Amino acid sequence: MKPAPFAFCAPRDLAGVLDALAEHGEDGRILAGGQSLVPLMNLRLVRPEMLISINRCDDLDYLRLNDGHLVCGARVRQATAEESDLVQRECPLLAKALPYVGGQANRNRGTVCGSLAHGDPLAELAAVALALDGEMYIAAKGGGRSVPAANFFLDGLATAVGAGEMLEAVAFQRQGANERSAFLEMGNRKHGFAVAAVAVRLGMDGGHCDFARIAMLGASEAAQRIGEAEDILTASNVDETTIEAAVAAARAAVQPPSDLHADAEFRRHVLGALLGRALRQAMTGEAQ
Amino acid sequence: MSEKVEITLTVNGQKRSALAEPRMLLADFLRHELGLRGTHIGCEHGVCGACTILLDGRTARSCLHFAIAVDGAVIDTVEGMASADNLHPIQEAFHQNHALQCGYCTSGFLLTTLEFLRRNPDPDEAEIRRALTNNLCRCTGYTNIVKAVAAAAAAMRAAG
Repeated sequence: MKPAPFAFCAPRDLAGVLDALAEHGEDGRILAGGQSLVPLMNLRLVRPEMLISINRCDDLDYLRLNDGHLVCGARVRQATAEESDLVQRECPLLAKALPYVGGQANRNRGTVCGSLAHGDPLAELAAVALALDGEMYIAAKGGGRSVPAANFFLDGLATAVGAGEMLEAVAFQRQGANERSAFLEMGNRKHGFAVAAVAVRLGMDGGHCDFARIAMLGASEAAQRIGEAEDILTASNVDETTIEAAVAAARAAVQPPSDLHADAEFRRHVLGALLGRALRQAMTGEAQ
Repeated sequence: MSEKVEITLTVNGQKRSALAEPRMLLADFLRHELGLRGTHIGCEHGVCGACTILLDGRTARSCLHFAIAVDGAVIDTVEGMASADNLHPIQEAFHQNHALQCGYCTSGFLLTTLEFLRRNPDPDEAEIRRALTNNLCRCTGYTNIVKAVAAAAAAMRAAG
C-alpha cells in the first residue's frame, strides 16, 4: 500500500526540529532512518500529518565519550555504530547486539535512537540500553529531561517520549575492562525477527561478580531487566551452580506473551536456555 | 499539504529531477517519475528486498524512503550496473548459474551482492547466506543464487 498524504519538513538542526515539534504537537512525527515508521505508514497503521525529518541535522550525528558514558546522537545510523571503534572498545555489548538488528540495508539507514524511540518489544537495542544502564535524553522546545532506560520502555510501541518531544540521544554506560558480556537471540529463521533474546553483563572482580545486568526480549510486553536472576549472580562466582539457579529464577520470573511466532511456554524455555548460554559464553573467552 | 515539490537525485551518475508529493516512495519515484523500472516493488514494507538500491553507496530499501527525504542523494540502481557491451560480473554470474527464473527479486539481489562483495571480496558460503538473508526469492530458490555470488566473487577477484 501507499502511505496517506502528509506534509514534510527537514530542519537543518535540532532547534529547528524542536520548533516544528512544538508547532505540530501530536500531529508531528520524527522521521530518522524510517525503517520502523515507514512500513507502518505504508500499511496506513500510522498517519502523521507532519513528518519532521532529522536527516539533515548534522548536529545530531555524533558518538562521543562523556565521563562514564558513550553518547549516541539521534542521527547515528546503526551501521555507523556497528563499525565504530569507539563502540567496540567502550560498549562491546552494543557492538555484539547490532549485527542482529534487521538486515544490512536496514542498519545502513536505521538509527540507534530511532529503534529505541519506536519501542518495539523485540528490538535488540532496548535490551542493550537496559543492560548498559542507558540514560535517554528527551528533548523538547523549552527544556529537555533525562529518563533512565529502566523507565523508558512502557509497553509494546510505547515509550516515555511524549507529544512534542523526541529522543535526542542515548548514553550507554561504558563497560569496564573486567566486564564480561554477551548477546544471544533466537528467531524462527536463522537471521529473522527475534522470538526471544538475552543481553548479559557481568562486572567481575577476580572470580567474583560485583554486579550483574540481565535484560530480556520476549519476556513480557516490553524489554525488561530480570532482577531475580541478577540477584543470584551478584556476589557469586558465576559457576555452573549459580548459572543454573539464575536460569531457573529467570524462567520463574518472566511472563512471556504468546503470539503467532511462539507461545509463552516455548519463550520461557528459550529465554532460560539463551541465558545459560550467554552466561557461559560471557565467562569463557576474553573479558568484555 | 500534498503539494508536489522538485526532487533532484544523482541516479547512476546522472542528475535527474522530477516533481513528487511528499508521500511518494523513492521506489515509485525511480519507476514512475524517472522511468527506471528495473527497481521492483514486492512487499512495500521492507521485508522482501526486491526494491533494494544503493543510497549514497550503501544498500537501502527504496520502498522505505520517501523521495523528498533523500533529495540530493546519490542513487545507484540495477540499470547502472552493466556497461554498454558487458554485463556486470555479478549479473554475468547470475546468468551463468541460473540464479534467476522470473527475475522479480533479481535486481534486489544484485545490488545486495554488489555492496556485500565490496565489503567482503572472498566470502564463504555461510557469509553469503547471511548477506542474502533479507532478500526473498520465491521461484529459483537460493542454491543457485549462493553459487552465483561465490562465482561473482571469484570472477571479480580474478579481474582485480
